[in-house]
This record gives sequence, structure tokens and C-alpha cells, in this order.
Amino acid sequence: MTALDSGLTLPPARPVSGSRAPAWWGMLCLIATEATLFVLLIFSYFYLRWGSPNWPPQGTPRPEFTVIIPATVLLLGSSAPVMWAETAIRRGRQNVLRLGLSVAWLMAAVFVILELWEWSHLGFGPQSSQYASIFFTITGLHLAHVSIALLMSAYIQLRASRGHFDAQHFLAVENVALYWHFVDVVWIFVFATVYISPYVT
Amino acid sequence: MYARVSLSWLLPPILALSACAYAPSPLHPASAHADDLRWLWWVLFAIAAAVLVAVTFLLIWAVLRTPSPSEERQEHPFGTRLVWVGGVIIPLLILAFVFALSIARMAGSGGSQTDLTIEVIGHQWWWEVRYPQNNVTTANEIHLPVGRRAQIRVTSADVIHGFWVPQLQGKIDAIPGQTNTIELEAAEAGSYRGECLVFCALQHANMNFLVIAEPPDEFGRWLSHQAEAPSPPSNPETLSGQQIFLRSACSSCHTVAGTSAGGTAGPNLTHLASRRQLAAGTIPNTPEALGNWVVDPQSAKPGNRMPNESITGPDLHALLAYLESLK
Amino acid sequence: MATVTAAERLARTWETPADFVSSLFTVDHKAIGRRYLLTAFFFFLVGGVEALLLRIQLFRPGAGFLGPHTYDQIFTMHGVTMLFLFATPIIIGAFGNFMIPLMIGARDMAFPRLNALSYWAFLFAGVLMYGSLIVGSPPNASWFSYAPLTSQTYVPGPNQDFWSWGLLFLTVSTTVSAINFIVTIFKFRCPGLSINRLSLFIWSEIATAFMILFSFPSLTAAIILLELERKWGFHIFDANAGGAPLLWQHLFWIFGHPIVYIWFIPATGVISSVIPVFAQRRMIGYIFVALASVSVAFLSFGVWAHHMFTVGLPLIALSFFSAASMMVSFPSGVQVFCWIATIFHGRSRLTTAYLYALAYIFVFVIGGISGVMTGSVPLDWQVHSTYFVVAHIHYVVAGTVLFALLAGVYYWTPKMFGRMLSERLGRLGFWLTFAGFNLAFFPMHAVGLLGMPRQIYTYASGLGWDSSNALETVGAFILALGILVVITDFLQALIAGPMAPDNPWNADTLEWAVSSPPPDYNFLRIPVLRSREPLWDQPELATINQPAHENQLADEPESNVTATPGPTESTRRQTMSTTVLDAEISETIEMPGDSYLPLLLAFGLLVVFSGLLPDLMFVEALVVATGLAICAVALFLWFWPAAEPTV
Repeated sequence: MTALDSGLTLPPARPVSGSRAPAWWGMLCLIATEATLFVLLIFSYFYLRWGSPNWPPQGTPRPEFTVIIPATVLLLGSSAPVMWAETAIRRGRQNVLRLGLSVAWLMAAVFVILELWEWSHLGFGPQSSQYASIFFTITGLHLAHVSIALLMSAYIQLRASRGHFDAQHFLAVENVALYWHFVDVVWIFVFATVYISPYVT
Repeated sequence: MYARVSLSWLLPPILALSACAYAPSPLHPASAHADDLRWLWWVLFAIAAAVLVAVTFLLIWAVLRTPSPSEERQEHPFGTRLVWVGGVIIPLLILAFVFALSIARMAGSGGSQTDLTIEVIGHQWWWEVRYPQNNVTTANEIHLPVGRRAQIRVTSADVIHGFWVPQLQGKIDAIPGQTNTIELEAAEAGSYRGECLVFCALQHANMNFLVIAEPPDEFGRWLSHQAEAPSPPSNPETLSGQQIFLRSACSSCHTVAGTSAGGTAGPNLTHLASRRQLAAGTIPNTPEALGNWVVDPQSAKPGNRMPNESITGPDLHALLAYLESLK
Repeated sequence: MATVTAAERLARTWETPADFVSSLFTVDHKAIGRRYLLTAFFFFLVGGVEALLLRIQLFRPGAGFLGPHTYDQIFTMHGVTMLFLFATPIIIGAFGNFMIPLMIGARDMAFPRLNALSYWAFLFAGVLMYGSLIVGSPPNASWFSYAPLTSQTYVPGPNQDFWSWGLLFLTVSTTVSAINFIVTIFKFRCPGLSINRLSLFIWSEIATAFMILFSFPSLTAAIILLELERKWGFHIFDANAGGAPLLWQHLFWIFGHPIVYIWFIPATGVISSVIPVFAQRRMIGYIFVALASVSVAFLSFGVWAHHMFTVGLPLIALSFFSAASMMVSFPSGVQVFCWIATIFHGRSRLTTAYLYALAYIFVFVIGGISGVMTGSVPLDWQVHSTYFVVAHIHYVVAGTVLFALLAGVYYWTPKMFGRMLSERLGRLGFWLTFAGFNLAFFPMHAVGLLGMPRQIYTYASGLGWDSSNALETVGAFILALGILVVITDFLQALIAGPMAPDNPWNADTLEWAVSSPPPDYNFLRIPVLRSREPLWDQPELATINQPAHENQLADEPESNVTATPGPTESTRRQTMSTTVLDAEISETIEMPGDSYLPLLLAFGLLVVFSGLLPDLMFVEALVVATGLAICAVALFLWFWPAAEPTV
């Protein structure tokens, strides 16, 4: 040690998570910018609505809840197994991690299937009116985000199967969980906008 | 050095401002509205000039002076005052003043009752003008009675255009699916240039129009004449010209009242010969210019929607004679 | 002796081999910064040539040099190139990337591979945009592309799609850059560099990064909606089908107003760096200048409709946006007076960098004044969309970005390239650019007030516009001459200029503590800071990269100036992270080494966006799928943990 030294020593590099991890901050920034995108599309929805005499336009039925309610329950519910998975791996429990991620993955996958089924049975396509266009745009972009979350989850499940994660190494799980919860929260707003607001005069 | 540089750049605008008599500009108002706006401009300009001169002077002084010993010790009372007074207090006062002045001007514009309504519809690249109360449709020319306020209802048939008569009023956009309203009232007789002020592709530069303000009785005569169909062709040449007009592509885009020509893609030609300009202010309304236009519209206004019709020789003469008879 | 070995080992750990292929894979923020500078400046030259072509056409009324088709393409590309391929990336990409880690005492940015990705994505976005020339369909509906002009009906060709996908691609680049800046500045500052000690340049970069995060999504939303309408017949902006043309303007300008501050705030950061150095005193009103950057960043989101004063908004909206527009000019005015106060109490050294900074203040005041004028609703009703606005935008964007860039070039070239530029050529270039700039743009105020609309390919004589237009063209060529002189200076310096010392200007910020150019690892030892102007208050920092030896020990004060490298620091790429507010030591962070993945991912994105251009469904689907597959592979490998240490 020389007199130039401050007495401060860098700790040895060790696995980090949460606010100690740059990538965690990076994920928060990504979520912030993506959330803003949805805010603006929802703004667009209401802008189009307030410029239209009828909403939905004549001849288009208001949205139905038969399919979308169970789908919503599944999607929002999928946050729970993700949380369990994350809590588990913080304690080093690999099996619960993989189980939780798989269950969540299936729930979200069923959401995607139900949503696609609903799209094909709506009775109108995106080209039929401005209402239809913005409906498909918002739900479609959200669906794309769910798909990305599914891909990310599949990726970390693969890594989990290789034993990459333990009680110290779980940053990727944490970040994917953040994104997953973000996609679920966005759905609450999308659902309120697209499915509920047409019923509110 | 900076002072010399900044003053010399005032020459071009001074030269420009003192230029020709016909300047379709907000600085040559012909209405109370535009006069208010010009007054507002000069007040803001005076403030702006004062600010620029003051800041430039401060900057040059700051650069050229040498600091005193107390400043070398990092004391800076003048600087602190400069920031608070020059950077905070004075700008706040100026901004508040400008804002208040602007709001007053803005609130005082428009909303008065008027019995003259004119509809203007922007097209690529011409202006459709209608007087709905008198069943008149014309193009690229608006007539107004001097001293009487008209309400202009502006919209577009295709893309967004901008409706602007600088000497009479601020501008308003012509937006499809929406009607914007503006008031025009000319204080003196004259003809005032209008322009399109929103980029609308190829011939945005040549989408001009005229607002002609005339004494109320002249305006009345013009309006009632516009409402009449032109008298039928009176000589063989114009009759032949009318037939050529009706059987060629002309009638599929243009309307002439009292005939079977009812196209609406192009300007209404019912009283074409009474207009001062052609092709939305692109060329003057002279026989030669009209002839060149009919034969080759793409040459004067490349990209516009009127195709070249191959009409030549005596047929062309007859057609032109007919068009010139549409007074 | 131990620390000499440490320096050598650090050099080996952080170096990029010199061959061409390895240089493509570098993630070194300094290499990336230099690349950004050269690439963005190249696009500036392209945009400048486009401007000169426009000015030739407008030199006389009724000129036939450019017909309307070509003119519309050139003025659109001029705007797009200058604003998106030059103004957006240049200061944050070149100086931000190069200087931020150095100013904060870090070894690199938080996400080096992401940094490389942002550069390649920027380059490929520009390539995509200019690829439109190959098919003869460059964008032609103005840089802000108003609907419904941009619908398939009125722009049937791919011109508008090049605009859309090129900009979406660029959005990726800019967004990841912003994320990188935020995390780096939050977490990677050296010990002691608390928030209140950040350099004003860093303040401007962080404000800009947040503006990017929250404004670009609006452009993304607008582009998605536009392309869904163009390609798949959705109805969003189409009034005939119940759509709203004005929705485009709202979405575009919600992005479009913050973007002007994204161009402008980093420029103020450069000026705030240059002025204290050449006025030889600390900035007066540091807090005001820092807060000005932050408050403008916030306020910039509340003024967008001042671009829409003529669309028929209700009076209450007009009043609100006018008031907000007045307010947003206020912090920038405070900033200007802090600069003037600093100059006033300092002892000015009129170097070329400083001259450009002074010119910046002059042109910004003019531009700011014309901005306040256009913020007055009734006056805007006259001057909107005329050459008055063209004058305003060139003063506030072109003048500020260009002069700040040149100030930065003359200030930081020694640090970035290790050579001193010529003061003689510098001054010549300065006077030519300053004179040319003002001659080119000042008359536009007048000709706009005389009624000349913007974006017109020709005009009639006899309207009082002729002499101004001629002068503007002359001015543009003088400006071009000035730029040529600057380029000449730069090239001669690189080839034969004097070598630059560590701190030729006796500047205060940390990047001047290391050699010019810095070693690959930036700092031998991570500094510990106690001051806002570290090199002025902690002179011992000047020797931070020199190995300690026996003679130094006796004379050194007991001040805490460095942190000892950790046990593996010399053999693996690592840097230090600290806490957000007070910059206390937090972690040692492992950094990735050079990688081909950023280039691969950028290439995959290029394939995706190119694939969206043609109208042939099967071909499109195939190309897009291939591009997505490439991206998937790149991302898969990107996030797979490295097996061995990165040496």
C-alpha cells in the first residue's frame, strides 16, 4: 500500500442483483420506455374515440367478456408463480424455480391462444373501422409483449435447467420477472381501455 | 467586432422590406386583423432587438474585460446580480408581458356575427370556393365586399393544406374531415395574395389564390353574375369549342354551369374568363397563357393532375375561344 | 514495481487488437465515440450538400435546377439527415460516449456491448435510409411527414416506408444509448463523485437520456400506426374512414418537441464545459445551470401543441401551450446569463473552441428570441410555416448543434485523437462559418415576414423575396467553405499535428488527468474525488496514471485519492460501481470483452427493417423471419454467461 492509496479497496467481483446490478437498472429503463409507448397508444384510443360520433361505430358490437375474463385471470394470475419462482431461487430452490416458471409460462401461453381465438371470432377485422384498427393495434402490441416475455421465460428456463441459477446468481430471473409483471400491469390498463371504456358513456 | 457583424446582417431584411410595392406580407396589412398582428410584431421586434443588443454588448464587454483582484479570489457579486436580474427577473417580466399581450390579441379575434359565409375547400393543388347562400362555386379567387366581415369555413378534400391571406389575417389549416373557421374583412379595396401554407406535395408552391376586395355594390354584381350560367355560345367558333370541351376529357374533371360538364375533380370553369389568374396563381389569365396551359399543363405546373390533351389547330382555337367566352 | 506490471496487465486486459476485424468487434467507448463523431459528421456533410442543392434552386425565382419531385425528396432528406443522422447522435454519441466514463472515473460505460450496438444500429439505420436512393424512392413528405399526405393514397411508393423503418431503427440505437447513459451515470461514478459534484456536461447528458426514454415512444407509436395504415389498411389518420389526421400531429410533436431539446441540451453541456476552462474560473450559478437542464427536460413535454397553433385548437389549449412555451424558454435564459457571468468574472483566452462557444451564445439568443415570438399565438398565426420558422429552427438547432460541435471538436480533439488542431486554421474556419451561417439564415426572418412559405420548390419574382434568397444562398456557400476549412484543419492535425499533452488547456474535469488519447483502461487507479472541478482542486490527480515510485511517497499528502485495484482487476475487465446519491463504493462489476454480437444484432435488425419495405408478402415474411432469427441468435448468445474470464 502506498500513501497514494485511500484505504478504499474494491471488493472482489461477486454476483449482484437488484439495485446493485446495472442490468436491473437497465431493465427498469426499458420498462419505463415501453410503458410510455402504451400510454401513448391509449391516448390515441381515446383521441379517436372522442372524434367519433359512435363508439364502437354503428354495426360493430361492444367487446364481450366471455373469453377475455378467463384470459385476464390467467395472465394476471401468472405473476404469482413468477413471484414464487423468484423467491424460491433466492433461497436456492432450483426445482421450485423451474416449476414456477413453467406454470407461469403455460398460463401466459393459454392467454395468447385465447386472445388469438377471440380475434378470429370478433366478426370484424382491423380494416373495418378506426375502432377496429386501434383495438387490434393495442391488443396486438400487448400480445407481442406477452410473446417476448414467453421467449425470455423459455430462455431462462433453459438456463435454469443447466444449473445457472442459485441463491447468489439469479439476476436474469429477477429481470425477467420484472418484465413479466410489467406486461401484466400493462394488460390491466389495456383491458380497462379496450374492454371496459366502451361501456362507460 | 461582434457589433459590426450583427449590424451588417440587418441590411438584407431592410432592403427586402423596402422592396417592391406588391408584397403579400403581414407587414403590409389591409385589414384591422392584420394591422393588429403587424402592431404585435413590431412591439415584439422592439423587445427582441433590445434584448439582442443588450446581450451582445454584455457578452463583448465580458470577454474583453480583465478581472480585478477580488474576482481572482472568486468573488462575483456582479455576476450573481446579472444572473438574477438579467437571467431571471427581466426575462420573467418580458415573457409575462409578451404572453399577456398575445392572449389579449388572441381573445379579441373572431367570434363576431356575420351574414356572409364562404366555404373554401383545399385540393391538391387548387382552391374550391363556394358561396352557399348564393349557390356559387368558383375556384382560386375569393371576392369580398370592403368593410364587411365574412366567415370563411375552411376544409380539405384530400390532404392538409394551409389557408393564408397574409395581408388580411393569420392562417388556418384546411384539414380533411374537419371545418375550421376564420374571419376575413378587408379595410380597403384591392387584390390580396393568398397562399397554401402546409406542405401538400408536388405543387404546394403553386397553390396560390387571390382575395379581391371591392365596393359592396361591385361585389353584389360579381356575386349575382357568378350565380348565373353563361349565355350559350353565340358564334360558330365558340359553339364548336363548346362541343370539343364537352366531348373531350375536359368535362370529366370540370364543371360549366348550364352544360352537361359536371366534373368536380378540377376547378369549376363556369366564369373562367373573369378570373385574373389561372392554375391557382401560377400563370396570368391571358389567351396565350391559357393556350399554353391547355396544351401542356405539366410544363407550367409539373406533377399537377391535369393531363396533356392533344387538341391542336382549329380545334384548339375553337376551344380557347369558348373558354374565353366564359366571362 | 508492482504497479508497473499492473498497468501493463490492465492494458492487455482492456486492449482491442489492431486488426480490422477486431476493431469491428470493439466495445471500447472511446473507439465508439470516435466512430460516432466521424459517421455523424459524414451525414452532416451529406445533409449539407443537400442544403446547397436546395439553395442553388432557390437562388433565383423560377429556377429550373430542381423540379418539384426532386426538390421534395432533397428537402425531406436534408431534414431527416441533419436532424436524425447528425443532430441526434453527434454530441451524445461522440462526446457523450467518449467523455462520460472518463469524467466519472470509470473504465467504460455500464453496457459496453449495448454501446457498440447503438453505434452499429445508427450506422445501419442511415444506410437503410439512404438505401432508398438506390430504388429512387427517398422520403419526400417532409421530415415531419404529416398524415394524410403520407398515406398509401398520396405516397404510393416505399418513400414513406423508408422514413418509417429507418427512424424506428434509429430509435433502437438512441434508446439503448439513453439506457446506457442513465445506468452509467447513476452507478459507475468513482467514489466521492456525489450528485452535486457532477460536471455540467454530465447533467446535460442525463437530462437528455431521460428525455429520450420518454419521448421516442411517441414517435414509435406514430410510426407503428402509420405503417399499419399504409401496409395493412388500418384506419387511424384517414378522415374518410373515421380516423383523425390530427392524431399524427399530436403523436409526432409529443416526440418532436422533446427531440429539439435532445439536440439542444447536450450542446449546452459542451458549452458549459468549454466556458469555465477558457474563462479560467469556475461556473457561476452551477446549480442553476444543472437545474436548467433538468427543468427544460421536464417542461419540454408540455409544449408540443405550439407546432399546431393553426390547426383549429380551442382557445384554452392555445393559451396553455403558449404559456408553457414561454416557460420553457426561461431556464435556458438563466443558463445563458450564468455563462455570461462566468465570462465576465473570468479572464478570457480566445481559443477557437472558446470563439465557437461565444458564437453559440449569440446564435442561441437570436433563436431563443424568435422562439418566444413564435410562442405568441397570434404572431404565430402569421409566421407559422413561413421562412421565419425556418430561420428560427436553424438558429436554435443548426446554430447551436453546429457551433457546440465545433467548440467540442476544438476542445476535445487533443483528448480524443491525441493531436492539437491549428489555431490559425481554426480561426479562419470560425469566421467563415460564423459569417456564412448568419448570412444564410438571418435574412430568412425577413423573407418569412414577407410571406414566403417554407417547403416550396420555387417562387415567383416580384414578391420581394428575391434578394434575400440570393443572399442566403451566398451565405450557405460561405458556411460550406468554413466547414471545408475545419475539415482541412482536422485532417492536417491527424496527419501531422503536434502531439497533445494530457491537459493542454489546464482544464478542470477528470478526462484531462489521463493521457491524450487515454489508455484503453482509462484509469490505472480509480480516483476518489472531493471537488466539482477535480483537476483544479486535487492536483495530485494529474499523476493518477503514473506508476507510484519511491520519490513520490514522501511528498504526497495524506489525501485519499485512489482506490487499490482488487485482486483480479488486472486480468479481468472490471470497474467500480457506487451508490446513486453519494457515490460510495458498492460493487466491482464484471465487464464484457470485445464481441461480434452487437454487430450481428444490428445486422439482424437491418434485415428485419429492410424486409418490411417491399410489398411482396411472401418475400417480406421470409426476409423478416430471417432477420428475427438472426436477432434471436444474437440475443441468445448475448445473455448466455461467459464460460471463461475475458482475457
